[in-house]
Amino acid sequence: MNSRMVEIWVGIFVAAGAAALFMLAMKVSNLSSYSNDEGYTVTARFEDASGLKVRSPVSMAGVRIGRVTGISFDKHSLEAVVTMRIEKNYDTLPSGTSASIYTAGLLGEKYIGLEPGSGASDCDDALLAELEGKKSAGNENKECKEEVLKDGTELKLTQGSMVLEKLIGQFVSRFLSEGDADKEKKK
Amino acid sequence: MSNWLQSLGMACLGAFERLGRASILFVQILSGLPSLFGRVSLVVYQIYSVGVLSLVIIIVSGLFVGMVLGLQGYNTLVDFGAEESLGVVVALGLVRELGPVVTALLFAGRAGSALTAEIGLMKATEQLSAMEMMAIDPIRRVLAPRFLAGVIAMPLLAAIFSAVGVIGGYFVGVGMVGVDDGAFWSQMQDAVDMYDDIYNGVIKSMVFGVVVTWIAIFEGNDAIPTSEGVSRATTRTVVYSSLAVLGLDFVLTALMFGEI
Repeated sequence: MNSRMVEIWVGIFVAAGAAALFMLAMKVSNLSSYSNDEGYTVTARFEDASGLKVRSPVSMAGVRIGRVTGISFDKHSLEAVVTMRIEKNYDTLPSGTSASIYTAGLLGEKYIGLEPGSGASDCDDALLAELEGKKSAGNENKECKEEVLKDGTELKLTQGSMVLEKLIGQFVSRFLSEGDADKEKKK
Repeated sequence: MSNWLQSLGMACLGAFERLGRASILFVQILSGLPSLFGRVSLVVYQIYSVGVLSLVIIIVSGLFVGMVLGLQGYNTLVDFGAEESLGVVVALGLVRELGPVVTALLFAGRAGSALTAEIGLMKATEQLSAMEMMAIDPIRRVLAPRFLAGVIAMPLLAAIFSAVGVIGGYFVGVGMVGVDDGAFWSQMQDAVDMYDDIYNGVIKSMVFGVVVTWIAIFEGNDAIPTSEGVSRATTRTVVYSSLAVLGLDFVLTALMFGEI
């Protein structure tokens, strides 16, 4: 083998080694946190977003439809603001969708579960008008379009993550206070 | 009794003598390294023979080690409902331990033995003496480029091993048994630290590269110049460097990750 081929192979080898290191740094370690999938982003505010991470799954009916792209803290409302990117083809989620943070399994990671709720629709006005007996002509066959989630929508109904210590603490304190109340009643 | 004591003492002295010769050779090689700046092509050719020619075995082993880790990790983790942590298991296992160690073991078997046999044969056929007769320093001309090439190639091979292993674990975890894609990577990125894990893994593989290449070159240079001597030296290279890698791995792990 002539020296040119040897040098080319060594070049390939060194480049492959560098690429492997780069992949370990960017993809395996915490050096990067990038995500640029196609889709639209919605935000939600949670009282408690503990355990949720960037790139955690966002699922509806148990099917993953998106990912968390950012978690930040709103210093005015003192809430966690979670932005999530939902894949492009799931564009029929009603605007009344609610978001909750759940845990996959007992020790599993946190994910956002979306539950559909009825959104405000164009038909509401028409329905109201119908009830009031003011039938507006030409509107009967108009297809009612429900409002759907769009880029930048904020989910209003949220339920933050359950922190086990907090729950146990609440339970214990309630238990204790009930015990005290019972004692006082007996007296 | 006195014969037995004498043979024990002789064995000890022999071992120390070899250690001393190895240390002297190490220092000589190190002092020969600066002269390589003028002869890069020698090093390039050696990187080809120890690095590029080891690529296939490293990539194939890395892939299968990663895949087995993925499968075994999944089988254990699924009992706890924590199969999402599979990425962490695969990546930490590879980057911290298996990448450097298995690569070093394979490197000792594939490249170290070849180095010893080559240098041993050069000595047996008196090529090294001939060089000295022509006023060419064999340490600078033959040993130093091989040493430098081994030290350069080893961390690159370990990085390739780890990266391919993670990809193998990904294929099994996400492709075969159905761990969530994002959870696999996100938990991995969350748990693997650039400095603590990857940087330390690279340092480990560099140390192993120095040790394995050093042992291989010393055994070749110190071989009895007969065919039997060369074959014994080759065997010793693989045995000693494997033992050294495993022992050093414990020491390095204790220093890097342990709280000693």
